[in-house]
Amino acid sequence: MSADFFYTVEVIINGLMTGVMYSLVALGFVLIFKASGVFNYAQGVMALFAAMTLVGIQTGQVPFAHLINTIFGTHLHKFGWEVPTLLAILLALGVMILFAFIVERYILKHLVNQDPIILFMATIGLAYFMEGFGDLMWGSEIKNLDVGLPQGGNIWLENATSDWADGFYGFYLDNLDMWATAIAVVLVASLIVFSNYTKTGRALRAVADDNQAALSVGISLRTIWVIVWSLAGFVALVAGIMWGAKSGVQFSLSLIALKALPVLMLGGFTSIPGAIVGGMIIGVGEKLFEFAVGPYIGGATENWFAYVLALLFLVFRPQGLFGEKIIERV
Amino acid sequence: MNATAESYVTEDGRTIGAPVMEVKNITLKFGGVTAISNISFDIREGEIRAIIGPNGAGKSSMLNVINGFYHPQEGEIWFHGEKRKPMKPYQIAQQGIARTFQNIALFKGMSTLDNIMTGRFTHMKTNMLKQAIWKGPAEREESLNRDIVEHVIDFLEIQAIRKTPVGRLPYGLQKRVELGRALAAQPKLLLLDEPMAGMNVEEKEDMSRFILDVNDEFGTTIALIEHDMGVVMDISDRVVVLDYGKKIGDGTPDEVRNNQDVIDAYLGVAHD
Amino acid sequence: MFYRESGDFKTTYAKDTQTFPIKLDRMGYYVILAVALILVPIMLMKDVGGGANYWTNAIFLPFLIWAVASIGLNILVGYCGQLSLGSGGFMAVGAYASYKLMTWDVPFIGELNFVVVVILSGVITAGVGILFGLPSLRIKGFYLAVATLAAQFFLVWLFNKVPWFYNYSASGQISVPTRSVLGFQVTGATAAPEAKYLLCLVILIVVALVARNLTRGRIGRSWMAIRDMDIAAEIIGVAPLKTKLSAFGVSSFFIGVAGALFFAVYLGAAEVGEAFGIQKSFLLLFMVIIGGLGSIFGSIVGAAFMVLMPVLLKNIMVGHLNWATDIAAHFEFVIVGALIILFLILEPHGLAQLWRLLKDKLRLWPFPH
Repeated sequence: MSADFFYTVEVIINGLMTGVMYSLVALGFVLIFKASGVFNYAQGVMALFAAMTLVGIQTGQVPFAHLINTIFGTHLHKFGWEVPTLLAILLALGVMILFAFIVERYILKHLVNQDPIILFMATIGLAYFMEGFGDLMWGSEIKNLDVGLPQGGNIWLENATSDWADGFYGFYLDNLDMWATAIAVVLVASLIVFSNYTKTGRALRAVADDNQAALSVGISLRTIWVIVWSLAGFVALVAGIMWGAKSGVQFSLSLIALKALPVLMLGGFTSIPGAIVGGMIIGVGEKLFEFAVGPYIGGATENWFAYVLALLFLVFRPQGLFGEKIIERV
Repeated sequence: MNATAESYVTEDGRTIGAPVMEVKNITLKFGGVTAISNISFDIREGEIRAIIGPNGAGKSSMLNVINGFYHPQEGEIWFHGEKRKPMKPYQIAQQGIARTFQNIALFKGMSTLDNIMTGRFTHMKTNMLKQAIWKGPAEREESLNRDIVEHVIDFLEIQAIRKTPVGRLPYGLQKRVELGRALAAQPKLLLLDEPMAGMNVEEKEDMSRFILDVNDEFGTTIALIEHDMGVVMDISDRVVVLDYGKKIGDGTPDEVRNNQDVIDAYLGVAHD
Repeated sequence: MFYRESGDFKTTYAKDTQTFPIKLDRMGYYVILAVALILVPIMLMKDVGGGANYWTNAIFLPFLIWAVASIGLNILVGYCGQLSLGSGGFMAVGAYASYKLMTWDVPFIGELNFVVVVILSGVITAGVGILFGLPSLRIKGFYLAVATLAAQFFLVWLFNKVPWFYNYSASGQISVPTRSVLGFQVTGATAAPEAKYLLCLVILIVVALVARNLTRGRIGRSWMAIRDMDIAAEIIGVAPLKTKLSAFGVSSFFIGVAGALFFAVYLGAAEVGEAFGIQKSFLLLFMVIIGGLGSIFGSIVGAAFMVLMPVLLKNIMVGHLNWATDIAAHFEFVIVGALIILFLILEPHGLAQLWRLLKDKLRLWPFPH
């Protein structure tokens, strides 16, 4: 087998792993959409915010330091301590849960029974708010996120496979990507277990099916929303850690998260396996397209490939890969 | 029932003409479920034709076939003596078939006047350029059609709510506005899906009066679905009875009332 | 007491459907027109207070141009109910179309008139808009919104990567040649502020009138019918695809005109990712939400609000409090986001509805019972 073949395989594997990262963000969307019918545009910014908070706590940054210094003329920057990674992650998770409470209390509660499109636009507003708020709180510079995961290419794998073909230097796979894949698999498995085998999980699914009926059997909609947004916050934190460790905590993270949207259009908005498979298809598709066609048309096709693919796909199969065909009743 | 295609005059002096619409051997399936099987009937010009039957009999499905939301697997529909090709609902509307819905389907963001004005859509022709300029043809057309709409508003006695957003109106009035929208289209055939569902006696009387008046004054052909037997027997010329997707009776109210199959269906005799 | 409709009897249907049925409104409208068309240009020309350039570039031009775009988006989102996040991309189409048209030596004609260029740019954008509107028949709601993101990212990428669009310039930027309308230079750095201002103002007035005319008649009602209930729209004879595409076309036409003006009159030189990125799509959407969905007047107010607010914030925070510009920018995000949520919760019909409510109160004042 030729080197070209192995390079293509390498592209596919890398695409799969990128796809897992997309799926990770998409999962957050699916969770909230299933339980509340809200299409949460802010999921990407939530990941960014979670990552920023984690870095801030870890490095002992003073929240709103820049703002306080500006107003009071002080020179605050750091508390001077470092918080251990695990504790910092738990604290960041706490912040995300607090955030879920605030969202429920001040936004969702007031928008019950509104059109989905209004809720969607409200989450765009929420995304803007969080973006500004996060920058005010932790500063807008690019931050390094280090939670102790191995970085860089996997030398062992590269060496082991380098003599598979002439002119082939071995598979170059990023350690972090492999970790992310493993973590995503664990996360998805535990989410499925949670929603199928726990009481809360059943309540979640009941609300997703019909929130009126769920209310009538004594499930508190508001509690469910807080739980779901907290879960989504947790998923955002995990996604934020992965993306942040890979390319630094910066604004572009929230744009990468936008890629989750075409993923969902492929996989369907309500299906967890759909989000995973959709992510893989987008990840592999855009890497292969860039590899095979990109050089001829100027490159950087990853910017739009996912969206155009999803668009074309939707025109021919509007219900997504796993959605059921909807019979419109008149 | 008069079996020939000739026209005849009813007891109250209205002329009933030849069939406007003929539904022939319609069968409609959803996946494995047969909603309508092999149903045929006709609707004559100028008559009030009722379609009745227990819940799930296929009445609404039948209306949806007639105005193009569902496409039957078998059968033909003839309109004005021509076999109809498969069409989209809006093309069927352009042919002059208007309808109302069982659950009110008004445009919630618009006023009563605008809702009824939308009924004139198929009669308005000025192009986008003329609309953009407004002064001249577009404004003239708007005023002409407004005149027709004002007649409908007078007829339905809803002058006072002309500029009220329909979302704020009570249920009975919303039903009336929806009828107004269908009337504004000056349809050749008017389909009413349970026009009196959920109304109190007074509102039902009003609605019956409007339906009879529409038929009488404008000679509009009407096909309606209704559950209130008293109303159906009072206002319709002929009745078709469906049960489990099959036709079990067809004729004048008296004939249907005495049909053994119909009595069984309504009183609940076990099916074989 | 003074602001009322009683006693002002309409004798024709045409008078009943006019834009400002109340006399006081009509007078107010003429006063505003007179100020905008006569007083402001004179002040700009005389450079009263020495800020003509600042006022034109920081406030008037962005406001007028965004108002045109905002009317365009409101037709699609507010009137026809089709959410679009691709407006930035469509503005880019308008901008690049105008650039290619201005730098094109047309056989037998030579240089195209600038107004013709702007209109043609709108037409080209309408074509692109209709193309990306095609999926709207099959896709609804936020699925469509995501689909329009494809337009945004693809178009920006296209103008960035295909050198033909920027005439192979080394920087990848496009910069506007000088053009005049009726003998007054309107593009380029040396154009007089009042000339730029008047051109954009006249275009805004025309666009607003056309939009108002389209939305009050047959076509506008068919858009709203599709928005409110597409099934019911079909049974009154509205063809869904044709109607949605007409909304995409008209909307993109206005957005394309705005894109051409934004590049040629306001920016002068542009790089596509910077000038027409996804942030612009959101900015435009916010103008429409804050101003009021389904209101031409609201679109203009929304544009004014979103243009003025950052200027004001910057003046207060940077100018008076001496804060760093980035803090002001972050605050802008926080405030805009909070306002969007607040408006959607309290008044989904935006500033236009607040204005209507105020007028309803005024009608009864000072005897509210």
